[in-house]
Amino acid sequence: MSALEIIINLLSWFFIVSGSVFVVIGAVGTIRFPDFWSRLHAASITDSAGMILLVIGMCLQAGPTLVTVKLLIIGVFLFITGPTSTHAVANAALVTGLRPPEAEGLIGAEPEPIKPEGDDDA
Amino acid sequence: MHHHLILRVVTKMLVAPIILFALYVQFHGDFSPGGGFQAGVIMAVGFILYGIVYGMEKVQAVLPAWLAHKMMALGVMIYASPGVISLLLGYNFLDYRFISPHHPSHGQHWGVFVVEFGVLVTVTGVMISIYYAFASRRPAISDEEW
Repeated sequence: MSALEIIINLLSWFFIVSGSVFVVIGAVGTIRFPDFWSRLHAASITDSAGMILLVIGMCLQAGPTLVTVKLLIIGVFLFITGPTSTHAVANAALVTGLRPPEAEGLIGAEPEPIKPEGDDDA
Repeated sequence: MHHHLILRVVTKMLVAPIILFALYVQFHGDFSPGGGFQAGVIMAVGFILYGIVYGMEKVQAVLPAWLAHKMMALGVMIYASPGVISLLLGYNFLDYRFISPHHPSHGQHWGVFVVEFGVLVTVTGVMISIYYAFASRRPAISDEEW
């Protein structure tokens, strides 16, 4: 095993292990955090930080092959869809009037009445 | 600025890659996991996502309900057509050797290709029809009541 292979192996294991740590942190936080917003924050760690680090680590393991290209495509796809799904959940909670407990009494943080979502644009 | 601007932009970015990936799963299914059923569901997901975000009118302008219903029958016809043709040419039903009698494995390759395409059309039509049927139901409770 040449020196370059050892370096690549070490790097890829670093990325895979740290990505796994982020996934575990996200899972534990989703269960343990007290309210909706902090749980959502923990859950979104899983599909942003954890996924990116895992994909980078797997790319280094695969080397310059077609598998790497597919992994990068999967990574770009999840990089777009993960934050978007988190945004959709948070947006739905905000529209229906849920506010973080720390924002109680802040000006501009009062739940507004639900206005019908008119999808009537041109 | 529309309220669901982010969802709309991301959906516009993702619909074309989803359909492209469906075609990849379909036509690369000989050599890797995939085939007509999976590709049909993935292709239907592209239309369903567009319909969820942009509304039923927009997606039915692209793929009307009557076309989705016709696709269900059309796929079965595509599926059965190689079998019927081989019957008419004197072979067994769904015996793909008629396509290239001197090289039966080539014939089976192309026969399965056509059959999988029929599966793709049917599954896409069924999935989109189920979505249309659910999404265009009149809600039993009006929005103001809850």
